[in-house]
Amino acid sequence: MPAETLPKLDLYRRIVQAKLFIDDNFAEPIDAGDIADEACYSKFHFIRTFKTIYGRTPHQHLTHVRVEKAKEMLELGTSVTDTCFAVGFDSLGSFTRLFKSRVGFTPSEYQRQQIERKEQIRQEPLRFIPGCFAMQVSNNSGSKPSN
Amino acid sequence: MITKANHFAIFVLDQNSAYDFYVNKLGFKVNTDAVMGPKGRWLTVNPPNQPDLEITLMAIDDKMMFNGESAEIMRDLVRKKTFGFAVFECDDMLATYEELKAKGVKFIKEPTKEFYGFNAVFEDDSGNWFSLGEAKKDQ
Repeated sequence: MPAETLPKLDLYRRIVQAKLFIDDNFAEPIDAGDIADEACYSKFHFIRTFKTIYGRTPHQHLTHVRVEKAKEMLELGTSVTDTCFAVGFDSLGSFTRLFKSRVGFTPSEYQRQQIERKEQIRQEPLRFIPGCFAMQVSNNSGSKPSN
Repeated sequence: MITKANHFAIFVLDQNSAYDFYVNKLGFKVNTDAVMGPKGRWLTVNPPNQPDLEITLMAIDDKMMFNGESAEIMRDLVRKKTFGFAVFECDDMLATYEELKAKGVKFIKEPTKEFYGFNAVFEDDSGNWFSLGEAKKDQ
């Protein structure tokens, strides 16, 4: 590694550890000040450096992780209410509003779409496999691709 | 006129292990996970910001593209780290390097600044290797 990058490594390690802490503890009430303390930073400097590296503040990143985890749970069939509280929101209304603003659909709309898609994949898997590969499967199994 | 790529394949030794690597370590999203024929699995993932580029994690099995002999040859070549399949891009090289290393990703080449930009090379759980570059930042 070039010498010019070495002084930055410790900085990066601490910010990355803070980001991984958020990724692993998204369901807990996390405060940027607490994370800044863990990373041995002033809160202001920590938030500014975090945003420089990741393009979002720690709080924005926490919200992003919660929404992504909520999408995963909804896709698995977890109820909207259970998902809301499991990913760290404490109000169904604020969860629904924020989810819709980020994803474009309410949690229940998103869940319905994803479960419908999974069911389509289960019932007609060859529709989701490019034709050239699906043809090989159909030749081997006797089934017909639908596209 | 060809307008874009929407699929490419990476040949993997074990699809379950590849799923863990690409989803839980690299942070890719599962796009399609479908039963393919009697024993096969069509598993595709995409980088978080490219939902329309499906990367097929293709098992090297004695079916589809390989017969028994060629499947074993292919598995051996993958194990020997023969193939470099793609170039990935990240927003911040050092942060991505530190995060992937913390998650156990093996780097064949640590990040260095070359005349063409910041570059590193890592390998997946099968032995396929990938170049990692940093997106150009607005000055």
